[in-house]
Amino acid sequence: MKKQLRIGAALLALLGACGLAQAQHPHLARNLAATCANCHGTNGHARGDMKPLAGMPSDKMIAMLGDYKSGNQPATIMHQIAKGYTDEQIKLMAAFFAAQPAKK
Amino acid sequence: MNEYRIGRRQWLSAGAALAATTLAGCAGVSPSGPSLGRVVVVGGGYGGATTARYLKLWGGNVDVTLVERNADFVSCPISNLVLGGYKQMSDITRGYSGLKAVGVKVVQGDVTAVDVAAKKLRLAGGAEIGYDRLVLAPGIDFMTEQIGGLGPALDSGSVLHSWKAGPQTVALRRQIEAMPDGGVFAMFIPKAPYRCPPGPYERACVVASYLKTAKPRSKVLVLDANPEIQSKKALFEKAFKDRYDGTLEYRANAELKELSGNLAKLEFEDLRADVLNVIPPQRAGDLARSAGLVNINNRWVGVNWLTMESTAAPGVHVIGDATFPAPAMPKSGHMANQHAKVAAAAIIQLLKGEAVNPTPVVMNTCYSFVSAREAVHVASVHQFDAADKTFKTVPGSGGVSAAANQIEARYALGWADNIWADSLAL
Repeated sequence: MKKQLRIGAALLALLGACGLAQAQHPHLARNLAATCANCHGTNGHARGDMKPLAGMPSDKMIAMLGDYKSGNQPATIMHQIAKGYTDEQIKLMAAFFAAQPAKK
Repeated sequence: MNEYRIGRRQWLSAGAALAATTLAGCAGVSPSGPSLGRVVVVGGGYGGATTARYLKLWGGNVDVTLVERNADFVSCPISNLVLGGYKQMSDITRGYSGLKAVGVKVVQGDVTAVDVAAKKLRLAGGAEIGYDRLVLAPGIDFMTEQIGGLGPALDSGSVLHSWKAGPQTVALRRQIEAMPDGGVFAMFIPKAPYRCPPGPYERACVVASYLKTAKPRSKVLVLDANPEIQSKKALFEKAFKDRYDGTLEYRANAELKELSGNLAKLEFEDLRADVLNVIPPQRAGDLARSAGLVNINNRWVGVNWLTMESTAAPGVHVIGDATFPAPAMPKSGHMANQHAKVAAAAIIQLLKGEAVNPTPVVMNTCYSFVSAREAVHVASVHQFDAADKTFKTVPGSGGVSAAANQIEARYALGWADNIWADSLAL
């Protein structure tokens, strides 16, 4: 009985994983990150004194955007933009930018 | 012996076939692999250029042709600073060499006809280009017929719109410079929707800023067909009052009806000005109309927001100012760049026979200068709503500047530098 339960749980976990994989488009992170490029450069390679995002550790970006959202970090504009993305979307973008080489 | 030789040749050709198979297996990685298809993009502004660039960046082996009538990209955003004398044309002009370097075939020409059924288009001069998928980024054209005398006045150059950056920008700057001290610069704003909602109010500020210094007895008269300022209202009202009181006068519900020489006729009054800057009412670019894609209010192109395909002609993607917008979605260069990325991603998936991203997001940032050195912004984030099949702004997100400031003037120029590079592969 215990064994059956365990198999059942494993099956459920597998189904859950499949469900997640189905729900998430393979290019979702890339596409979300591209919405930042207008100010922060293609793939996060910013020009001039705009903040580069390429190569930024993902936990740092998640914390920064969280602080913009909560108001802990004052900003001219990013507090308004950060609130437009879900925490899940921010995680995906942060992982994408972390994986980009810091230098173009 | 003969048989052996033939056998060896067969083996060699089999090897060649194997090599070809291996290359095909890498399609999308190796530039020598088979093409996913031919995509033609018409219009090399913010939307069209970005589509071409991202098709190459994300698509690997997609044949991308960009057809643009002008030799260079000239930006509407920042062009108001040229009118004020704070920037030069060279500051807002960029070439298409970056796109060429990433493999986009750039054709300078005018598209005269689109045959949606035959999947081809014709250029002035008669050349034809076939495609698997077409992207039209025709921007806006003007409904000059709505204002008496406007067509001939624009044709003669006596009245300028400067709502497409380029020679019109240069000519309007000359008119402003030639104005006598004590002259009147009158600008007419059409009823919304029009390209760049805050643009006219930025122009009023920047021209007033120049005149206040260079020709201090002059006036800027802002005649708005709308009942109120259409974007960043409180910030512009404050700028008008605090910075340009005595120089700039704003009037709401002031719709231009007719032009006659330097006389402008409104509903209840006539006025004369030294410079008449008329921003005409707008609709989707001519090409959208001639291709039969204008299907909303006889002005705009309806699109499927997941792919940016026209609802009138699936397979033809339309982006930027020509589209009938989602709620609270502005007609801006920034938004056209964002449309372009949705379109490019979808086109690549469609060419591969794969599912498109069901949850796209687009966002907008518009900076406006209220003086040579200070700017304000408006920002919004738009998430796709599957139930209503449209983009919707996220409650609680977006907004405008707390006050005009110098930091955002720097960000405005940084935005321009980055979006030009992003769109044009600089």
